[in-house]
Amino acid sequence: MWKSFVDYVTGSQIWTSVFRHGTPTTPRNQALAVLSNVFLHLHPARARKGGIKLEYTWCMGGVSFFLFLELAITGILLMFYYRPTAEYAFVDMIALREHVPLGVMRELHRWGAHLMVIAVWLHMFRVFLTGSYKPPREFNWGVGVILLTLTLMLSFTGYLLPWDQLAIWAVTVGTNMARATPFLGHEGPGAAFLTLEGVNLVHAGDDVRFGLLAGRFVGEATLLRFYVLHCIAFPFIIVILIAIHFWRVRKDGGISGPVAL
Amino acid sequence: MDALKAVINWLCQPEPLITISCIVFFAVFIKLHIFAKWQSLVAMMSSIILFTLASAGDENFREILTKPDNVPIIIIFLLLPFFFWLWAYQACDNDVRTKEGRPLREIDVEPKVVYVWPHLVYPELICIVVMTLALIVWSVAIDAPMEEPANPAKTPNPSKAPWYFLGLQEMLVYFDPWLAGVVFPSLIVGGLMAIPYIDKNPKGNGYYTFKERPFAIIVFCFGFFILWILLVFLGTFLRGPNWNFFGPYEYWDSHKVVPLVNVNLSEYFWIKGLGQALPENIFVREAPGFLMTGFYLCVLPFIMAKTVFKKFYMELGFIRFNVFIILFLSMMSMPIKMVLRWTLNLKYIVAIPEYFFNI
Repeated sequence: MWKSFVDYVTGSQIWTSVFRHGTPTTPRNQALAVLSNVFLHLHPARARKGGIKLEYTWCMGGVSFFLFLELAITGILLMFYYRPTAEYAFVDMIALREHVPLGVMRELHRWGAHLMVIAVWLHMFRVFLTGSYKPPREFNWGVGVILLTLTLMLSFTGYLLPWDQLAIWAVTVGTNMARATPFLGHEGPGAAFLTLEGVNLVHAGDDVRFGLLAGRFVGEATLLRFYVLHCIAFPFIIVILIAIHFWRVRKDGGISGPVAL
Repeated sequence: MDALKAVINWLCQPEPLITISCIVFFAVFIKLHIFAKWQSLVAMMSSIILFTLASAGDENFREILTKPDNVPIIIIFLLLPFFFWLWAYQACDNDVRTKEGRPLREIDVEPKVVYVWPHLVYPELICIVVMTLALIVWSVAIDAPMEEPANPAKTPNPSKAPWYFLGLQEMLVYFDPWLAGVVFPSLIVGGLMAIPYIDKNPKGNGYYTFKERPFAIIVFCFGFFILWILLVFLGTFLRGPNWNFFGPYEYWDSHKVVPLVNVNLSEYFWIKGLGQALPENIFVREAPGFLMTGFYLCVLPFIMAKTVFKKFYMELGFIRFNVFIILFLSMMSMPIKMVLRWTLNLKYIVAIPEYFFNI
């Protein structure tokens, strides 16, 4: 009864139009299951057993990517409710918890973000310990370092959006560092030498911190700026770099394994 | 009980905490084969958990521990020791295999090659399900942090950056913002990207090992564990109002008085050493600091290339060696400045506050 139902479904024109191969129980169909699926074909059809073992990879790259997708999905849902203005941001945050049914989207987003930072650190740690940055993977390690930096930047820009005391003061402390940028910050070494006919060129109203905050302190313009960076700019860059990262993993020979000397 | 708490409070001060951590760090690498036993893992994990549970009875400890954004650091404290042990276990196994002429554990599997469906796709699916469930349980159990509405007129004390930047904020105790907040973060990112081009050791590519690349692993782990994770921990749990130190069982008293006794190198040299006033000319005044910094960054590399790092210099060549040594010395400037602060109360080596140029 069940068998004939399954045969009927998998034999139907709809099913065969989507999955153009039989059940993945034979080597040929196992390979086709991976190769003919746009998502799964990130993988090769076959892989070295020593490379895909959990104790070797710790699965941390995969966990990082999973958390990125989870954050993208919960982030899109949060954008339906959240308005990045000083007037509404905080009350929208409260409403997300109090009035939205099953309001754990914000929790999923925040805890997922923290976990992603940890997962990316552990991924880098594993790649270092297995020496997987060595030739031919030098370039991809560099891409990975930029991805790590972008992960921290995404987390940092997102930190401001709740618009509570924790948010604005953490971002104030973080961005205060930019004041001290050599030559580009108004309290940085060398900035005092950049003058034109006795007028300081670098001051609190035009230095690198001003550019970051869109103002002299963390205000509504900063909120909008960080919102756009968080939801559009950084995700746009990180998606491109993730694509390069995955592409190069395959092109550099897949998951690393012992290189014979 | 109070005496024990006082001892732990004392041990958690930056000086003993970082010193003891460094001793433990090197002891683990010296006796790695003992650390790699499963009994060590059990002992380590259970002592972390037992310490946390036993301390949870203390009001002050509980208050810091249960701040919502401190949860990730508790997770790090469980995951990082575990994964470090997992590395040690596999590295020691491989080093023994190499010594005995047996194949590495990464090769010593049958069959050598498998189909990705189901051998990789299924574990990935299980991982996704487990992660999703864990995240949902965590999110239902613990609310995301939410404080009062933003108020630019009311500065909280302490004001802290997000937890993953607290290592950098802790660095501000020892270095000015232009170094701790701008130069060092840039050097960390640039230095990480430079690793594959500096590390010319062809061994240890694609498998776990310690004996074939001990220097690379110890330097990286020192930076990661001591100069990053430990400082994040210190900045999160042990720094209270006015960024003063507070032990794990100590109340965060915003009126705690800490004497400021730090002295610049120029004051040491001119006032204490020569018994005269500081010279007017900035360059004369700071000459001792400039000489020391110049020696550290320009002369020391040459000396090291001729002595301790002679082999490296031969292997790496002039340019690679200089990139390596500048990154290495920048990294080591952090512990050096710490020790100078703890022993001599040294504030700045070069102090030109007129131009925000303090080292």
